[in-house]
Amino acid sequence: MQYKSQAVAKPYFIAAIGLFVGQILFGLILGLQYVLGDFLFPAIPFNVARMVHTNLLIVWLLFGFMGGAYYMIPEESETELFSPKLALALFWIFLVAGALTIVGYLAVPYATLAELTGNNLLETMGREFLEQPLPTKLGIVVVALAFLFNITMTVLKGKKTSISIVLLLGLWGLAVFFLFSFYNPVNVVLDKFFWWWTVHLWVEGVWELILGSFLAFVLIKTTGVDREVIEKWLYVIVTLTLITGIIGTGHHYFWIGTPEYWQWWGSIFSALEPIPFFAMTVFAFNMVNRRRREHPNKAAVLWALGTGVMAFLGAGVWGFLHTLAPVNYYTHGTQITAAHGHMAFYGAYAMVNLMMISYAMPILRGRAANGNKSQVLEMWSFWLMTVAMVFITLFLTAAGILQVWLQRVSDTPLPFMVAQEKIQLFYWMREWAGVAFLIGLILYIASFFAGGDEKEAA
Amino acid sequence: MSGAFTKSMARNIFYGGTVFFFLLFLALSFDTHSQLPKRDMRQNITPQIAEGKKLWEVNNCIGCHTLMGEGAYFAPELGNVVVRYGDEGVKAFIQSRPKDGIPGRRSMPQFNFTDEQLNAIVAFLKHVNSINDANWPPNDQG
Repeated sequence: MQYKSQAVAKPYFIAAIGLFVGQILFGLILGLQYVLGDFLFPAIPFNVARMVHTNLLIVWLLFGFMGGAYYMIPEESETELFSPKLALALFWIFLVAGALTIVGYLAVPYATLAELTGNNLLETMGREFLEQPLPTKLGIVVVALAFLFNITMTVLKGKKTSISIVLLLGLWGLAVFFLFSFYNPVNVVLDKFFWWWTVHLWVEGVWELILGSFLAFVLIKTTGVDREVIEKWLYVIVTLTLITGIIGTGHHYFWIGTPEYWQWWGSIFSALEPIPFFAMTVFAFNMVNRRRREHPNKAAVLWALGTGVMAFLGAGVWGFLHTLAPVNYYTHGTQITAAHGHMAFYGAYAMVNLMMISYAMPILRGRAANGNKSQVLEMWSFWLMTVAMVFITLFLTAAGILQVWLQRVSDTPLPFMVAQEKIQLFYWMREWAGVAFLIGLILYIASFFAGGDEKEAA
Repeated sequence: MSGAFTKSMARNIFYGGTVFFFLLFLALSFDTHSQLPKRDMRQNITPQIAEGKKLWEVNNCIGCHTLMGEGAYFAPELGNVVVRYGDEGVKAFIQSRPKDGIPGRRSMPQFNFTDEQLNAIVAFLKHVNSINDANWPPNDQG
């Protein structure tokens, strides 16, 4: 690697992968609970397993984002990291806080956890994805601010590239919009309204800036295409992201007590949200086709192309599928939403982190790229996980269409649980696709230990 | 992407576009806030409803159920559950959950709520049901 301090990224990447494994194991538990309702009950009720599944996702993605930033920023800024020691200290703080939170979820009833962790001082818990106890939420803020300080100081003392600036905007946006997680008014409509300022403006806003900047960085490194060209594309993509995604928040304001005009604003702008993802896909393929060098890390290039395609399918196409208000009236809060959520998170954010890890990890381990054996294994894991995720999404979509029909559209609507029993077959198939995903993930981890003929350091 | 369209033009459009659309979003949000009092029934919120919302949160009900369509999709929508079961039906259902679940079926935990707490939860759910949410869900099944 070019700068010694980039090495702090390594523990972040390792932790990210470890937490990813945990996320998938809990996903399999949840999938089984969908068909064997009392599986692990009352030891791990569904709500607890789901909280662990989604919170581990958020935490591993954040570890990936931080690791990626620590790796990328010194190289972009052409200077050592402002403080590698701070980065390492934050790693341990974040890991311990994250682990304690998960243990808390699993060890005591959620109401007891709320009581013990001072939820009475400031009630922030018990809202989807923002279930973390107050000390954890405060910890996230402290870690995020110290991390941003470290990264920002590095950029300030070094070169300021467009890729760094976009990343900084994404990361600062992430920290700022998280602050809305502390606002929980007693008025449930206001609560929901601002809850989306964290959740939507993260995943359909500022996180896409992080995604775009990571993708641009890896494409510059692996294709050798001129930086001016790539950075121009990056600006076009993030422009499209924010001009569609910000007002696109309106697609969450259809049925929560907010005025009806959001059905127009939300439908129109979120219908345009696939465009930046499509641009990202075209961008990735275009740059790889115009490559000026053959980078030895084929696996990283595969992840880069894959994240564009899968983000477009998952976030773009599956998002569009149910984003128009007249459609969403029937699909809102069904398995259609779950189908979209799974493919979008995997395609956009899991895959971009895996791309960054794939590119950076060999270099952090002292070589330009892994040996053939290791890369072949990694590419197998890419295909297995990606195809498994496509099937998870298809099965959930089928379940969702039937659910909508049986429970909401039919002339004799069935009760929720009756409809659920009728679509069990699809939940079983989803669970088996989940097992295939886990096998892919195991292969992915195995690829780190495959050894073989390592490519020389660049 | 011809040569005429430069990186600095792209950058300027990015900043300009983002600021414009963020301000538009703020303006729409501001307008929404002026209209909400007519829709969110805030004038009816009592300490009991507030207590019900807190119980909803600290027991992580959203981890299985949806409320106005938001949450998890493992268990039924509760924004209109008072329409399906009635006040007493909701309370009876929550109270009657077996501690060890129902063999083979999706099981709701037994929370051991007091009568006062059950009343608060129902008051909260009735309040949610009274919110003007553009006639969602499509039918009483949620």
